[in-house]
Amino acid sequence: MLTILFDGVAYGMLLFVLACGLSVTLGLMNFINLAHGAFAMVGGYVTALLMDRAGVPFLATLPIAFVVPAVLGVVLERTLYRRLYGASPLDQVLFTIGLVFMAMPIASYFIGSEPEQVHLPEWLSGSLTFHGVGIGVYRLLIVAICGVLAAAIQLFLVETRFGAQLRAAVDDARVAQGLGVDVDRIFAIAFAVGSGLAGLGGALAADVVGGIDPSFPVKFLVTFLIVAAIGGSKGILGALYGALLLGVLDVAGKYYIPEVGAFIIYAVMVVTLIIRPQGLFVRGDGR
Amino acid sequence: MSAPALEARGLMKQFGALIATDNVSFAIARGARHALIGPNGAGKTTLINLVTGVVPPTEGQVLLEGRDVTALPASARVRLGLSRTFQINQLFPHLTPAESLGLAISERNNSGADFWRIAGTRPGIVAEIEDLLARFGLEAEMDIPTRKLPYGKQRLLEIALALATRPRVLLLDEPAAGVPEEERQDILAALAALPADVAILLIEHDMDLVFSFATRISVLVAGRLFTEGEPDEIARDQRVRAVYLGEEAHG
Amino acid sequence: MKPDDKLARRLEAHLRRREKWRWPEIAFWLAILAAIFTIPSRDALINEILIAGLFALSLDLILGLAGIVSLGQAAFFGVGAYAAAILASMGLNDPIFGLVVGAALAAALGFVTAPLLLRGSDLTRLMVTLGIALMLGELANRNAWLTGGADGLNFSMGKLIGLFPIGFLGQRNAALYSFVVLFILFAVARRLAQSPFGLALAAIRENRLRAGALGIATGRRIVAVYTVSAAYAGAAGALLAETTQIASLDLFDFHRSANVMLMVIIGGAGWLYGGLIGAAAFIVLRDVISAATPEYWEFWIGALLVMLVLVGRERIGEAFARLSPWAAARSLRRGAA
Repeated sequence: MLTILFDGVAYGMLLFVLACGLSVTLGLMNFINLAHGAFAMVGGYVTALLMDRAGVPFLATLPIAFVVPAVLGVVLERTLYRRLYGASPLDQVLFTIGLVFMAMPIASYFIGSEPEQVHLPEWLSGSLTFHGVGIGVYRLLIVAICGVLAAAIQLFLVETRFGAQLRAAVDDARVAQGLGVDVDRIFAIAFAVGSGLAGLGGALAADVVGGIDPSFPVKFLVTFLIVAAIGGSKGILGALYGALLLGVLDVAGKYYIPEVGAFIIYAVMVVTLIIRPQGLFVRGDGR
Repeated sequence: MSAPALEARGLMKQFGALIATDNVSFAIARGARHALIGPNGAGKTTLINLVTGVVPPTEGQVLLEGRDVTALPASARVRLGLSRTFQINQLFPHLTPAESLGLAISERNNSGADFWRIAGTRPGIVAEIEDLLARFGLEAEMDIPTRKLPYGKQRLLEIALALATRPRVLLLDEPAAGVPEEERQDILAALAALPADVAILLIEHDMDLVFSFATRISVLVAGRLFTEGEPDEIARDQRVRAVYLGEEAHG
Repeated sequence: MKPDDKLARRLEAHLRRREKWRWPEIAFWLAILAAIFTIPSRDALINEILIAGLFALSLDLILGLAGIVSLGQAAFFGVGAYAAAILASMGLNDPIFGLVVGAALAAALGFVTAPLLLRGSDLTRLMVTLGIALMLGELANRNAWLTGGADGLNFSMGKLIGLFPIGFLGQRNAALYSFVVLFILFAVARRLAQSPFGLALAAIRENRLRAGALGIATGRRIVAVYTVSAAYAGAAGALLAETTQIASLDLFDFHRSANVMLMVIIGGAGWLYGGLIGAAAFIVLRDVISAATPEYWEFWIGALLVMLVLVGRERIGEAFARLSPWAAARSLRRGAA
């Protein structure tokens, strides 16, 4: 059972890295970015293709899987997204759905519709036994990387000046601007980092979910949204707790009650939104 | 001795560490012409929001004609006769004045859930819409989408809409705010022509309007009721001047 | 008294301005009817468009009228379809019976889930509606004994009112069946939109705060329209199952909900004909583009969406209005209920 728990935690950490960019975009710009999964897909493809076609070692592809979607994110943000910051939620939804609908066939055209597999190096497959609990080496790596990332993000937000500016902007962008914070720049950087993280998450997730294929953005769209919804959009920690909760519930649910399977996370989301529309892990009355 | 039209008892509203409304109590009699004034940030709009039910109070009660409505949502209070206008126009941009008024009247008549009849065609509604349009000088614009009306006309519609609900108590939040000089007279005339049996609480910064309209004035400062009295008393009150002059010094 | 009379008459004319069926509307419906009879080879396509139109109409009721953003209409569509399909596979295969049950079940689901829409923001609504559709999809998937699972259900339908087959041999009957159902439901929706109820929905859409300040019980109205919309979507689903004799899991897919939203947006939300026109445009476009680039038509749809949003939906609507008298008549009517 502890193995299941550990697997759930690993999945949850992965979800966190994947979805935290979405949470930030939501909280920071009040922008509903349904195309977030597309950046994850890009990262996944980067890793899969670099390994497959160019023989690049797995770990070496990870930074690239971060950078490519991040750059893409900056470009899209500057050219397209920023025109819609004040738009109605419906317009944002339509726009980002449009982007996803465009992204998926592009992937299909250039790469093909068969899932691209990430073949993990020898030393990452297999598992260790620790006090009688089976722990997959790869899962361990995921927990390690994502844990470090989560800690780094949190430290960054709390300790650095930029982080403080970001938090101020999340709290109230207009006031922050009045205080001299370059909200524009913060949006761009936050969007880029969020997209980059999504890409990294996609690369790490490739093995866990059975390969990257063009339908990835839509398949996991709801999962990302659920993390954002449960975690609230006011802070990173909320997203982390939400992701962990979801990860554990999903893995455990699928293992113990397979007939109900994916149903569990949807039900959790609906119940959460009924009881606390602003998210489970938000203090006070979040927005 | 009949109950006052509107009464607040010990209303308090706290946002975290900020106390926006501090133990406010007042009573407004039927047919009253009552004004609420105070420097910027005194919490006048918060008080209105508390009274109308848009915001729940941290403590205190609101009574409408003697009935405790504190637990009721805003729309329920409207049905009991408490209406308001907003400082910033809250209108229906794509609906015409005729449609907006017709809607308000239908709701009041409890035919709002009617899904078969064409809106506004119940007997009597047309006459009532007509009457309101005439009162507020909106006849010419009655079939133009609200968003295309000049600001002054929109402000008039704002008041007309509230009146369409035939309230017993009407709260007017800065009705003359932002209205250009030429159109001000219309607003003042409309206010003067409001039905005598409706109790009116007017929030305003425009002292001319306040003193010409109100028979009783309350002064709100930093969320607390500073003082209350007849217009002459208030005009002569040194402390009130100080509070406003103090604001001018800083503001 | 003369001036009063004049104003009164002007008022009434204004309030009743959309009551009568104008000739473009009548022509529209007659044209569809004519097409069913004069191009029988396309009857299957016309049927598909009519059903999609009904589905889009159901979304327009909540999106266009009441301003509720939903990505989960497919839930009701799927429920209606599977209800009719399951009944038929059990031997209860009278089409009208299936239609009524499908719509009723969908309405019940709508009624039960509507309260979830009342709290929270647009994003919350999006998620809840999406979540429910996906939950149902999962449920359908896991309960293959009932729904046929990934293979879907195959069944045959009885004759319409005992006389007209609507299966493969009865394409024209199927199209007529869908036409009649769509027309009746459309007429009801048209009336509803102009009623005080419909006007209240428009008010809720335009300014929910003020709607409440006028005494409108916004929650109850939203639940009511959502239930009706669910019934319409369920009816569309039942029609689809009955006329194509298949029910499959993709009915609950995100793509369905996204596509129907697209149809409403393309045609213009809020004036009821938008959904129908959008459905026709969408399906025709899809077929045309698919013929050219079979796997990548989705790309062009996505590009269309992005363009639509960037240029601005209202601006496109207003530009259209300046183009032709009929479109001008439509723009008069736009924005109100």
